[in-house]
Amino acid sequence: MRTMSFAKKLAAVILMAVGLAGLAHASGGGLAWDKAPNKTNDMAALQNGAKIFVNYCLNCHSAAYMRYNRLQDIGLTEEQIKSNLLVTNAKIGDTMKAAIDPQEAKAWFGGNPPDLTVIARSRAGANGSGADYLYTYLRTFYRDADKPTGWNNLAFPNVGMPHVLWQLQGDRRPVFDTRKEHGNDVQIFNGWEQVSPGTMTPLQFDQSIGDLVSYLQWMGEPIQNTRVRIGVWVLLFLGVFTVFAWRLNAAYWKDVK
Amino acid sequence: MAEYHEISPNAPAAEKLLNWVDNRFPASKLFKEHMSEYYAPKNFNFFYIFGALSVLVLVIQIVTGIFLVMHYKPDAALAFGSVEYIMRDVPWGWLIRYMHSTGASAFFLVVYLHMFRGLIYGSYRKPRELIWLFGCGIFLVLMAEAFMGYLLPWGQMSYWGAQVIVNLFAAIPFIGPDLALLIRGDFVVGDATLNRFFSFHVIAMPLVLLGLVVAHIIALHEVGSNNPDGVEIKAKRDASGKPLDGIPFHPYYTVHDIFAVSVFLMVFTAIVFFAPEMGGYFLEYNNFIPADPFKTPLHIAPVWYFTPFYSMLRAVTDEMMYALIACVLAGAFLTVTRVRMPTLFKGVIVGGAAVIVAMMLSIDAKFWGVVAMGGGVMILFFLPWLDNSPVKSIRYRPDWHKYLYAVFVLDFLVLGYLGILPPSDIGGRVSQIGTLFYFGFFLLMPWWSRLGEPKKVPDRVTFTAH
Repeated sequence: MRTMSFAKKLAAVILMAVGLAGLAHASGGGLAWDKAPNKTNDMAALQNGAKIFVNYCLNCHSAAYMRYNRLQDIGLTEEQIKSNLLVTNAKIGDTMKAAIDPQEAKAWFGGNPPDLTVIARSRAGANGSGADYLYTYLRTFYRDADKPTGWNNLAFPNVGMPHVLWQLQGDRRPVFDTRKEHGNDVQIFNGWEQVSPGTMTPLQFDQSIGDLVSYLQWMGEPIQNTRVRIGVWVLLFLGVFTVFAWRLNAAYWKDVK
Repeated sequence: MAEYHEISPNAPAAEKLLNWVDNRFPASKLFKEHMSEYYAPKNFNFFYIFGALSVLVLVIQIVTGIFLVMHYKPDAALAFGSVEYIMRDVPWGWLIRYMHSTGASAFFLVVYLHMFRGLIYGSYRKPRELIWLFGCGIFLVLMAEAFMGYLLPWGQMSYWGAQVIVNLFAAIPFIGPDLALLIRGDFVVGDATLNRFFSFHVIAMPLVLLGLVVAHIIALHEVGSNNPDGVEIKAKRDASGKPLDGIPFHPYYTVHDIFAVSVFLMVFTAIVFFAPEMGGYFLEYNNFIPADPFKTPLHIAPVWYFTPFYSMLRAVTDEMMYALIACVLAGAFLTVTRVRMPTLFKGVIVGGAAVIVAMMLSIDAKFWGVVAMGGGVMILFFLPWLDNSPVKSIRYRPDWHKYLYAVFVLDFLVLGYLGILPPSDIGGRVSQIGTLFYFGFFLLMPWWSRLGEPKKVPDRVTFTAH
């Protein structure tokens, strides 16, 4: 019928427009972010990430909405958390508070280090997920004598944070190619040069950062994998229910002539 | 008043109970009037499920909202943390919260489709003007409800979105700055703003919303539903007075709605469980950063359901004012020269146009942007009196009307899309054209809706049995 096809055409146009909007949203500028490995289902990786987080990040950054005992979700026992991860005098039911005094942090870094509880959720953008950003950011520090901390970052230029993991990664220098574009010299980033070795090989370091970022992503929403599992059951139920509702509807409507 | 009805002492207990109630409250009567003997046209199509779905989403929002309020803290220092507390420490809190946040977007989606249905099938035409007016009221209140609710998580986007929108009120001449102050309760968005928005979001707006929904449905059941053919089914009745093309709402449309609800819930729960952020469209990434009055985000965009109107706001620049002034002058000139009316009216129109142009020249473009944004919503209220087409339904309109409606839908989507993006030269131009088209579509409707040869409307609805 003609009129129905009009309605259908409109629906198709709407769907197409929505699809286009999604495509356009997905592209963007800036330094391309590396794809972070997703290990939020890998308990060993998450535990390693939690260890790095507590040892390196928690000194300056809080995770003020994350309770220590929630780490039981990634396979740790209360005993393990208490003996290995509770470095301050915090209780197991407390949230993760930074060891640093906020006043001092402000004086040292020019601003308070942001809370990291939902950092992975907040940093998503046109270039990828929040985890992608963090995975790129934590691997692109380099020495810069012009900065107060002595460090700079490619993903976050002029960042206030120093390279906390430099002993693991060692010193690296970004290599730039100079290219002419529209008559101007443009610096194009072209890989890294290792200046001095760290205690980890580049591969080990990337894996550790992958674990840390996966932990940060998990911590942003500890329920994330559970909700997907529940969602499958909910949809299965609704799928079956829809079939019954459909047949019930048809049974009544067969009388309507 | 109904007569007291005695029932046999041997009747079953349930029947006795119902009789007892019916003698004191019109339970059976209401059920008959609104369900089992409310005759709805049998030719409803896909677009007719969105009314029932809006009611479903309203219920979801109210029920989840009740549970959220149990744990949420409307305090600038605690709000952000209390939302994370709901997400982490409250049992099933994450589900309640995601249902509420997804429900907000779902509400607008179904309401937009519901309004679109009314638009193409002429459901606002006589005698259904009041249904349409109540519905527009619902849409307006819903926007206020969503806007104020969006401040409550107290993230960066919550904060700066509210800041931008409330500052718009400051652009109104004379009373603007004081009005903005009254809305905020402070010189910047702060704790006072959060408290009053919370109060409005959980009490005032839902109360008005429910009242309007009841009025909307009472008015609908008084005159009866329109249908995709725009044929009045009450005009053709059988011997007992039932409309020939009508079927009882219950059970036919209740089973229909159960099916529709089930399909809708599949989409809804898929978003809730698998993609609650919906790629940053339902929950914006920036809103996971606590509100910071000292750090303005680079790009402040409202949530997707406001963006068509936000585009209209941004479209009105100083340059655009010249185009708008030209439109006012041309409109006045055409009305005076082409429409037959007493000379006095012509004088009033010319005088009115002169005053408006003088105001447009003297008041900042920002104010007119606010007028455009508000006008984009308010103009919907006038639709019943703008449409002069001899037929209701798009099905029997001239073919080019269909294309015009298609362009209108596309225009609305493009405006919505551009409202999400940061401002750009080309985007600005396109949204200016889009804004002119949007208003032109409605303001010129009294003229264009009469043009062309409508097709013959059948006596009875078109229906093929399933």
